[in-house]
Amino acid sequence: MNASAGRLSLWLLLTPFLLWITLLVLVPHLQMLRVSFQVRESWDTLAWGLEQYQNFFRESYYWRTFLRTGVMSLFTTFLTLLVAFPIAWYIARLARGRAKGLLFLACLIPFWASELVRTYGWMILLRESGVFSAWLQALGWADGPVEMLYNDVAVIIGLVYNGLLFMVVPLVTTLDGLDENLVEAGYDLGGGHLTVLREVVVPWAMPGIVSGCIVVFMLTLGSYLTPNLMGGKDSAWFTEQIFTQFITRFNWEQGAALGVLLLFLSSLIVWLGLKLSGQSLRKVMG
Amino acid sequence: MIRSVPRSRLFDGVYLAYLLAFFVYLALPLVVTAVFAFNDSPFPSLPWQGFTLDWYLAGGEGGRTGLFHDDGLLSALWVSAKIAFWVTLGSVSLGCVNAVLFERLEFRGKELLYLLMLLPLVIPGVILGVSILVFYSGMANDVSRLWGLELDIFRPGLTLLVMGQVAFITTLATLVIAARLRKFDRQLEEAALNLGATPLVAWFTVTFPWLLPSVLGAAAMAFLMSFENFNTTVMLTGSDTPLTVALFNRLREGSTPVLNAVALFLMLVSALLALTTLRQKR
Amino acid sequence: MITESDLSCSGLVRRFAGHAAVDHISLDVPAGTFFSILGPSGCGKTTLLRLLAGFDRPDEGDIFIRGQRMNDVAPNKRPVNMVFQHLALFPTMTVGDNIGYGLKRKKVPAAERRRCIARVLEQVGLPGLENRNPQDLSGGQRQRVALARCLVLEPTLLLLDEPLGALDLKLREQMKIELKHLQKAFGTTFVYITHDQSEAMVMSDQVAVMRNGRFDQVAPPEVLYREPATPFVAGFVGDNNRLAGKVVSVADGLASLRLEDGSVVHGRLASEGLGPGALAELYIRPESLVFTGADSPAGFSSLNARVRATLFDGANSRVEAEHLGQPIFARLPQDGSAPGLVPDAHLPLAWDPALACVFGVGSL
Repeated sequence: MNASAGRLSLWLLLTPFLLWITLLVLVPHLQMLRVSFQVRESWDTLAWGLEQYQNFFRESYYWRTFLRTGVMSLFTTFLTLLVAFPIAWYIARLARGRAKGLLFLACLIPFWASELVRTYGWMILLRESGVFSAWLQALGWADGPVEMLYNDVAVIIGLVYNGLLFMVVPLVTTLDGLDENLVEAGYDLGGGHLTVLREVVVPWAMPGIVSGCIVVFMLTLGSYLTPNLMGGKDSAWFTEQIFTQFITRFNWEQGAALGVLLLFLSSLIVWLGLKLSGQSLRKVMG
Repeated sequence: MIRSVPRSRLFDGVYLAYLLAFFVYLALPLVVTAVFAFNDSPFPSLPWQGFTLDWYLAGGEGGRTGLFHDDGLLSALWVSAKIAFWVTLGSVSLGCVNAVLFERLEFRGKELLYLLMLLPLVIPGVILGVSILVFYSGMANDVSRLWGLELDIFRPGLTLLVMGQVAFITTLATLVIAARLRKFDRQLEEAALNLGATPLVAWFTVTFPWLLPSVLGAAAMAFLMSFENFNTTVMLTGSDTPLTVALFNRLREGSTPVLNAVALFLMLVSALLALTTLRQKR
Repeated sequence: MITESDLSCSGLVRRFAGHAAVDHISLDVPAGTFFSILGPSGCGKTTLLRLLAGFDRPDEGDIFIRGQRMNDVAPNKRPVNMVFQHLALFPTMTVGDNIGYGLKRKKVPAAERRRCIARVLEQVGLPGLENRNPQDLSGGQRQRVALARCLVLEPTLLLLDEPLGALDLKLREQMKIELKHLQKAFGTTFVYITHDQSEAMVMSDQVAVMRNGRFDQVAPPEVLYREPATPFVAGFVGDNNRLAGKVVSVADGLASLRLEDGSVVHGRLASEGLGPGALAELYIRPESLVFTGADSPAGFSSLNARVRATLFDGANSRVEAEHLGQPIFARLPQDGSAPGLVPDAHLPLAWDPALACVFGVGSL
């Protein structure tokens, strides 16, 4: 192949990529950023200004929700990791043959249903007229209907549920590659369960842990259905405010500013996570 | 902790109980959703009133309209299928091209472009939807105001929906296909050339058949993700409502077992797709 | 160009970033020969093979196959086929489709294709395996399929890139012999590259020893073994002991060497222009060393070593001894007639000077 043919094929392959990334990702986000600095003075005149961002800091409702969403997303991510790790360990290291494949497949089952269906399932279970409430009454442990929906615990149960798959899969993949001799050497050299876990297993699994955490965090932070349908009146999620601005109030400028802030928060936390764990996005995701 | 290290009986017992609890936790919401699709009661809740197929088949008698007679849901299903088809086509083709680009070619700035390719993974779906809405719909608004031209294609609707979903599903398709291409032995292509094939014939007789399982896997994944997406979709929906948005609207009005019927139907379709791709891989 | 050669190259050069991986190589391979290129990894033999197959182009020099210049011919148009290092059997096709791949590209009709495939499978000893998947075959069978895939096209030249490397030792020994028989049976010219000297020696009619992009020596295996042209060949092909010293005299093609301890030994002069006073090394093979009692045969050189250990390895059993701080190995006689070889015992060794080579130190 000569040089010009090589260059031609490079451009042939590069063009679709560039079109996709610029037209569908980069330019729209830059425009969103631009719009967030606009202030609508009348129906067709716009001025530049920081008003949207000032609103955000002035209205405690905005930034409180913002912080709450961030903190709860981090907490959910951590909880998902805790719940998923023993499962992933079992599948990767203790289960054998068919059981291994079947358990892994079972972990994928929730993915067969959309987030909406999953949330709906939890609603049927947890609400006042729901299955748990009926069971409690039937067992005589409750006198009347018990409302378990519409609170933060319910939201977190739902969010962890949504994230589990995305945590289990990368964990199983990395733990599968762990050489058991390393663990045996850890014990052989006098380590206890916790020491071996901390010194051998976790460092090895770090890429999988970070990869799972990033995906789960992104999903949680950006989720709308679960907090909206399972959360109570005062458990607002930041995405709900973005929806409100765009869909109910048609205030695109304010909505864009909130969007930029959410994007900033997610990028910051992902970046911090990568820095603290010493991983790179390429290694973890690619 | 591993098989060769002795564990206490108590530890084993607790571990197994935990596993059991975990899988119950995973299965429970889906199981109850499925079960109540057949409960002969107007509400998806206990007590069990007996088995019925009304929530699929009823044609309006007794105030019950089953899924197969519910025009709203059926048309939403059709809209979702159309979107998913185009999204699958778009993102899988882009994914193939990107995979070849990043796995086979060397060029300046490749690392940077690769990071850009990963970018949609760390953008919340809502933001993707919002940004595309702001850019394209805003553009349509401006064009309409300034020149009186109506660019309806950039108003919320099927085109924007497909664009918004392709924006992030392409990244996933690329990763799936690139992972397979990375495992391809370049010698196989050289062997094909050596046996008299032209580069193009070598690609189609040797490389592409190798990639095919991952292409099919990526397609199944893209179809499911598109079909199930809500966050990006809801921002870009126009007059034609896709299924997830339609279900969400219904759910806010109050739940009926028809929703369970749809949910079960979706689960079965997804399971079928997942199983066929798994079989394909073997 | 009037020639009987299937392959002839002149002045081939291939440079990577200024470093010549192939450095002015010329070679001539007569039709029907088994020609091996033997060299350590990184010597440029794979680069040379890729030049011949057309996956890479020479910076200088020409490649002729049966008198046709090949430099500008694309790999898929050359009458050359290759057995790849990892065989490169197409995993998405059956054995039959793998073998039929080249025939299909030549637009051979399906019926004839099937006949050819069946015939060649029979020839390589795998009749009736058309519908198997390559993954389900054993290492040796896959090897044969890779060969059949090339031989069915009746190439002028078959290139083999260390194809036995992936096999275990026993199978490798077996395949060596089989490859040689197959080559004779098909009469195709083989160009075989390897870093394993035993493969090259057993199978080849001609062996080229390659180092740093150049050929040190091109000769039949036996010549290579008995009369190495350079110290590198002497060291790389087979085992050799080295004794360092200073040349005292040269006469009748024999050099006399004074060792560090003052004793004088003799060997065949192998470097040109080696005069008295020059630093030199004497190479002597372990099997050429004989165990002597008090006196050695007339005309033999001798030295006195000290036993360190015996290394039992069947027919290849040796004794490890020490002479002037350097290890020296001698083959143990097959009949078990070796003297008492307890560690630290004195071990007088002697050799026929005609079997030893003397190279100047620093000569190439």
